Amino acid sequence: MNRILPLGILALAILAFATLLLVIVPGMQIRAQPATPGLQPYTQMELRGRQSYVSQGCVYCHSQQPRIPDQAPDGERGWGRAAVASDYAYDSPHLLGTMRTGPDLLNVGARLPSRDWQLAHLYQPRSISPWSIMPAYPFLFTVKDRAAPGDVVVAVPAGQGPRNGVVVAKPEALDLVAYLLSLDRTMPAPVNGERDDGYARIKR
Amino acid sequence: MGLTIGLLLALSFVVSLFALAFLIWAVSSRQMSFDQAQARTIFVAGEEGRPDDPGTAPETDEKVPHHYDPARAGIDSVSARPVTALLASAVSWLVLGSLFGLTASLKLHWPDWLDSAAWLTFGRVRTLHLTLVIYGWSSLGLIAIVMWVAPRMFHTKLRHPNLPIIGAVLWNVALVVGTVAIANGWTDGEEWLEIPWQVDILLAVAGSFFVLPLLRTAAARNVRHIYVTGWYWMAAICWFPVLFVVANVPYVFMGAEQATVNWWFAHNVLGLWLTPLAVGAGYYFIPKIIGKPIYSYSLSLLGFWALALFYSQVGIHHLIGGPVPTWVVTLSIVHSVMMFVPVIAVAINQHVTVAQNSWALKTSVPLRFISLGAVCYTLASFQGSVGAIRSINTVVHFTQYTVGHAHLGAYAFVSFTLFGAIYHMMPRVTGRAWPWPRTITLHFWLVVAGFGIYFFSLTIGGVFQGLAMLDATRPFEDSVTLLKPYLEGRSVGGALMTAGHLLFSAHFTAMLLRRSPEVPHPAPMATTPAVAA
Repeated sequence: MNRILPLGILALAILAFATLLLVIVPGMQIRAQPATPGLQPYTQMELRGRQSYVSQGCVYCHSQQPRIPDQAPDGERGWGRAAVASDYAYDSPHLLGTMRTGPDLLNVGARLPSRDWQLAHLYQPRSISPWSIMPAYPFLFTVKDRAAPGDVVVAVPAGQGPRNGVVVAKPEALDLVAYLLSLDRTMPAPVNGERDDGYARIKR
Repeated sequence: MGLTIGLLLALSFVVSLFALAFLIWAVSSRQMSFDQAQARTIFVAGEEGRPDDPGTAPETDEKVPHHYDPARAGIDSVSARPVTALLASAVSWLVLGSLFGLTASLKLHWPDWLDSAAWLTFGRVRTLHLTLVIYGWSSLGLIAIVMWVAPRMFHTKLRHPNLPIIGAVLWNVALVVGTVAIANGWTDGEEWLEIPWQVDILLAVAGSFFVLPLLRTAAARNVRHIYVTGWYWMAAICWFPVLFVVANVPYVFMGAEQATVNWWFAHNVLGLWLTPLAVGAGYYFIPKIIGKPIYSYSLSLLGFWALALFYSQVGIHHLIGGPVPTWVVTLSIVHSVMMFVPVIAVAINQHVTVAQNSWALKTSVPLRFISLGAVCYTLASFQGSVGAIRSINTVVHFTQYTVGHAHLGAYAFVSFTLFGAIYHMMPRVTGRAWPWPRTITLHFWLVVAGFGIYFFSLTIGGVFQGLAMLDATRPFEDSVTLLKPYLEGRSVGGALMTAGHLLFSAHFTAMLLRRSPEVPHPAPMATTPAVAA
């Protein structure tokens, strides 16, 4: 090659072609589908909690994309049915994730629906699962001598909490748990839902 | 589905027509005629046949660069200031980024360590590590190499040499703001795109301060032929600004579509930015240090265009088994496997050139770094192609194996290349020899041993983790507990790598603080460009 301009034009044309195939065409297909029937938009509180999930970086250890039974036992583990594109109609930023240091969370609200469990687990995961390597989030809670009216006291298992006083959830913790409990895609998937079916075994 | 297939077929037809037209133009205007003589563009008269290893080989007594070229000295003296500014920034970000990386690694097996503040939580520390080593260390370091080599390759001085300095200042300001933002929880929330888009505007402006001088320098070149390194670099500085701006535009994409944009971008940061910059550096430094041209120049053309075509479409292999259309996932898998073509082309050129001159590895530590980096590019790409195949991917997709793979590419390939290039460049940039030449070898072995431990820990542990998760009879807990010794091994490797980086940065700082003797050579006589070689 002896010319800069043709090199640049062709390089950008190749990138434009890749963008068309990887972004624009699949985007048209995904946008053509309405939200999964029964999927609710997030409430203000859930959105605040979702923002907290994003800012704490939960996505780096937890995926939100159960796969089909032909590929992996995600369903058997209680992580839910295989997700389709329309399950994410209200999600921005997307939180599909690329890592399962911890379990998939797309249906954690259906699998572990107890607010008390979620709060205690956020305060100290190892108080519930001694093998867990999840970070504790003590900064989402305050320790008080006694609870004031309206305070949500965390049911920390015996011996795991502070020596004196009670652990009270800050609003951020309550928002985060509200978001986690809203994660529930147990409604049936639309029959023509878009997803990668590359692992589907041919049914006889 | 019928519409999609019809659309894709029609599209392929149109694209083939354009490609054919371009091919006819290229052949008729002799863009495609190649001969091995063009591989010698990087040498000036008298350089070929002599190894070029300024002041880094302690075994040799040669303190003076073997060949003094006044015209090139004029070129070098213009580039020296912007290159120094860029490299000093890059090395600082390397140190900070490594410390965040080591902290994140330790936190995975000491989960209760440093848990009192939000900014120290794993999710933020890990993000800061990635952001700083990619946008700080790798990007700025590679841009510095381009600023140094491109004027030498084009036989003309760098145009607008003050713009890259302003660019480096703005880029650093943006990264500092981005670091503080992410540490405090202000993030765009997508992997590789966490820096808030408001701050990204500043990064984009800073980036244009790097691109403009390079384009002007290329346009004013005094050689007719653009050496292979130049194709990779010119393409990369066209690609990355487009990628970065499109992927960061807020409020346009949602949900699963946003995920395709995310991975289209994130894999192209590697494929169309870090890789072409570092492969181009290898194509320059390997023959330059050895003093002999690369093995097969015409093969490099195939390697370049195959990389552009295939690498640009591999991104969706990050969403295998996910909620995006099957055909786009399969498309990315096919292109991932096709990456064997450009990688083998580069491998033949770079490894054969080194293998035929293996004596040079004994004397030149920079060459050791760069050729090991090139080997790791081959290995990382082969591993990536194989890892995209569905049957393999289903085991390793959501595991630490992927982290090991990412570091084989972004660390062992890109960073080793950078280390070698910096050791080679700095004596010419500063006019001084390295003050403590023996620590260069120590740095080499620290990061090589550290990375070996790092990579094999995560790769082996990741496979076991994936197999445990696929086995429905084993509780999820098993995949966590079996990983612990491998995560500890990774921390040991990471600590060695970080130690190597601290040593490197101390050495770099000592050189900038003039702790080493000045290399005696005459002052540049002229800043007029050399005539065509």
